[in-house]
Amino acid sequence: MTAAVTAPRRRRRWGSPWAWLIFLLGVSYFVIPLIATIEFSLRAAYKDPVTGEFIRPSLAAYELVLKDPKFVGGLLTSFRIALITIAVSLLLLVPTAYWVRLKVPRARPVVELITLMPFVIPPVVLVFGLIRIYAPPPLAFLNSTFGTEAVLVGAYVVLSFPYMYRAVDTGLSTIDLRTLTEAAQSLGAGWPRVLWSVIFPNLRGALLSGAFLTLAIVMGEYTIASFMGTKTFGPYLSLLGQNKAYEPAAGSIISFAITWAAMFAIVIIGRANRGRTQPAGAP
Amino acid sequence: MFLSLSGIRKQFGDHVAVHSFDLDAAEGEFVSFLGPSGCGKTTTLRMIAGFELPDAGSIRIAGEEIGRVPANRRNVGMVFQSYALFPNMSVADNIAFGLKMRKVPAAERKARVAELLELIHLPQSGGKYPYELSGGMQQRVALARALAIRPRVLLLDEPLSALDAKIRLSLRQEIRAIQRQLGITTVYVTHDQEEALSLSDRIVVMSQGRIEQTGTPSEIYNAPATEFVARFVGTLNLLPATVTDAASGRVRIAGRELRAASAVEAPSGSSATVALRPEAIVIGDGGSEANRLDGSVSDVTFLGSIVRIRVRVEGVDAVVALDTFNNPHEAPPRIGDHLRLAFPPEALLVLPHAPDAGPVAGDESLAPA
Repeated sequence: MTAAVTAPRRRRRWGSPWAWLIFLLGVSYFVIPLIATIEFSLRAAYKDPVTGEFIRPSLAAYELVLKDPKFVGGLLTSFRIALITIAVSLLLLVPTAYWVRLKVPRARPVVELITLMPFVIPPVVLVFGLIRIYAPPPLAFLNSTFGTEAVLVGAYVVLSFPYMYRAVDTGLSTIDLRTLTEAAQSLGAGWPRVLWSVIFPNLRGALLSGAFLTLAIVMGEYTIASFMGTKTFGPYLSLLGQNKAYEPAAGSIISFAITWAAMFAIVIIGRANRGRTQPAGAP
Repeated sequence: MFLSLSGIRKQFGDHVAVHSFDLDAAEGEFVSFLGPSGCGKTTTLRMIAGFELPDAGSIRIAGEEIGRVPANRRNVGMVFQSYALFPNMSVADNIAFGLKMRKVPAAERKARVAELLELIHLPQSGGKYPYELSGGMQQRVALARALAIRPRVLLLDEPLSALDAKIRLSLRQEIRAIQRQLGITTVYVTHDQEEALSLSDRIVVMSQGRIEQTGTPSEIYNAPATEFVARFVGTLNLLPATVTDAASGRVRIAGRELRAASAVEAPSGSSATVALRPEAIVIGDGGSEANRLDGSVSDVTFLGSIVRIRVRVEGVDAVVALDTFNNPHEAPPRIGDHLRLAFPPEALLVLPHAPDAGPVAGDESLAPA
């Protein structure tokens, strides 16, 4: 009798073996190439300066990549452009999503459709359009580094639409937007103050999610940056891949580590703020 | 008058939420808007707050027209049903928010927050966050936040609806005590008649965007102006009647001639509705002047100190409820017992017949037999 009762309980706790099998297959699909890349990146030999022997495995490929000024330059440029993209996206999409939810909820499907455009229009089409408009006069922005980066930021803001808008919109759905806005207004706050003091702080987790997703997209973006001829991280990795064997693998792992560090930061910061931004009335 | 609403009208699409609404409230007065869901009470409150703009009419506070003034410049405090405390701010920061908007110096702000925390009996809770407080505590903080800015008018939109019965009762008394202490003009929206009756200096009973009656709690309860008010406020027995002599206030129910204390407005021979409060009816013959009805007991409900007895009146398809005090030495009547009910002429209210009046809470004539 006891065994009959405990068996289903055990199964419920650990789940079905088929579910585990599918889960492990899924994990393998992602983890095996990653392990293979790490293993390959460690194959670069390190020459001992004293004995002159070649040592394998080694971190020689990583050392070479990290010492390359183009790598650091590309990484910093991508990071700078990512931060500007995040700032522009937030300033554009938070007030938009807020206004749509509060004042024109019927326009929400239209705005959602617009934010999904990057999934419909491939980056290569987008970049050709941008080059066609911004390379020749009178809008020859692509003739200067500043202009090129500005156009690149614009393109990345568009690419981040689906992620950033959804993150912000989901965040807005978790708070009683109308009542909080009205409460702040009744206490004397104007629209900018309502957004800055009440809405933004209560969306911290959602904004971080959107920001780090945008960071991940911009850090790894290749097509648009390459066609515009900017020296960002994506084109650098591609160039490295054409000339070297182990270094591109090391570069990929480094970029992967940066992206994961960013994702990890979302979890940590999100957890740290969960208590403070818990909806009022929650137990 | 301190708060004056004149000819206020609001329409959403084809639906008129508030028809021509007039109200004059004196400074320090506690006025409640009472009515069922969708009667326009919250819309009217939101127009005073500035969250909705009236399509017509004027809103004045201390003589100043504020109908088109943005909500953030009206200096009107608002307490919401869902508390609406800012989750990212501590209790003290919530209370200080309105003062910061007014650029009140930090020292003065701190003193005012401490004063208000004392007022709401939460002096040690300034550093806590809203989620660390119970519902009742959160609503007290919301009240303190609204009072911190020294508003000209305090608006409360069903502030007790989300709380359990015991806290609702204690907080209700606390709100009234604070309002009296500060002498602040207050408009309170509720669908709970008991809340409105116990709190208010005056009640505005609303239905379908219109004012049904404005009066003191006693006037509203004892002399309802319309059948709707009679049905909505308190428990009421409604019986169909025919006016036999309007001038002397005589009506006929189930072949019995009954007498009201004063003349009836409806003409002789017309149909009317007779309203009786349960507490006005006694079992027995009553005094020599009493009106009498006969019937059989259809239900007996024990409510603690009160026993509610429902009696099916002979000759009428209606049930009358009456309340008696619980007497442990005397058994209540049993179902099927024949009873004679008596009530004085003053307790008999003859209301103009309103055929479209729907069933509402407290309408005992609609109770199942």
